[in-house]
Amino acid sequence: MIEIGLGHYLTLGAIIFSLGTIGIFLNRKNIIVILMSIELILLAVNINLVSFSIYLGDIVGQIFTMLILTVAAAEAAIGLAIIVSYYRNKGSVRVEEINEMKG
Amino acid sequence: MIAHAIFFYFFSIIAILSAIMVIASRNTVHSVLFLILDFISISCLFIMIGAEFLGMMMLIVYVGAVAVLFVFVVMLMNVSEQKLSWFRGSKKSTHIPIGLIVGFVILLELIVITGGWKYKDTFSETKFLTFDKDFTNTHLIGNVMYTEYIHLFQISGIILLLSMVGAIVLTYRKREGIKKQDYFRQVSREYEDSVKLVEVEFNKGVKLDD
Repeated sequence: MIEIGLGHYLTLGAIIFSLGTIGIFLNRKNIIVILMSIELILLAVNINLVSFSIYLGDIVGQIFTMLILTVAAAEAAIGLAIIVSYYRNKGSVRVEEINEMKG
Repeated sequence: MIAHAIFFYFFSIIAILSAIMVIASRNTVHSVLFLILDFISISCLFIMIGAEFLGMMMLIVYVGAVAVLFVFVVMLMNVSEQKLSWFRGSKKSTHIPIGLIVGFVILLELIVITGGWKYKDTFSETKFLTFDKDFTNTHLIGNVMYTEYIHLFQISGIILLLSMVGAIVLTYRKREGIKKQDYFRQVSREYEDSVKLVEVEFNKGVKLDD
C-alpha cells in the first residue's frame, strides 16, 4: 500500500481508461464531451507508457508518448473542426439529433 | 518512500475524481475545466515519477493548446446552456446499461492484466537502454529521438501539418458581401488607368464625365 510500484500506475491508467469509455457510452448531451472522453482514453495510454518506461528503464516509451501526444492534438483539432462545421449547418450538436446516416 | 505514496494518492485521487466529473458534469464548460484539472494532476504525476520533459510537454500541449481549443469551441457554439439530465433523455434508449457493462468489462480486463504483471514480475527481460543518472530526462529523450526515431519524429510533424490543413479546409467558408483587400488588383493598377490630366480653362472649371 505504501510502496508505490508499477501496478499502482497501471491501475490509475486502467481506471481513467474505463472512465473515458463509460463517458463515450453514457453521453446524452453534446458531442464535445465524447471528444473529451477520447482525450481521457489517450491520457490513460500515456500513463501506461510512461510508467512502463520508468519502471523498466527504457526511454523509448516516452518517445511513443510524445507521438501519442502529437496524434491526440491533431485528432482534437480535426474533430473540433468537424463539429464546428456540423453545428454551422445543423445548429445543434446534441447526440440524439445526429442521425443523418440512420446508423 | 512515504512521500511518494502520499503524493501519488493525492494526485491520482484528484485525477480520478476530475475524470468522473468530466463525464458526469451537466455543463460543458465545467467538463472542460475538469479535463484541465485532470491533465494537470497527471502531468504532476509524470514529473514526480521522473519524466519531467513529458510532464511539462503535457502541460504545454494539453492545457495550453487542446483545452483552450475546447473552451473556444464550447464558447462559440452556445451549447453550455443545454440542460439535460444525465440518465434522462427525451427518448427511451437502451445504450446506457450496455455502456456500463462494456466499461466495467474493460476495467475488469485491465485489472486482470495488472494483477498478472504483479504476480509475475519477471515478465520482460528486454532492456534496450538503461537510464544513466548523469543525464537529464530531456537529454535522454533527445539522444534517442533525434537518432533512432528521427523518421517517426518527422512523420509526426507531417501529421500536425495535415491536421492544420484539414481543420482550415473543414471550417473555411466564402462569405458574400464582405469587402476584402485584393493585392493583385492593388499592385497591378497603372498610372495611366487611374489619373487623367486635364487642361482647365480660365473661369470654366472642370466637368467630370461621370
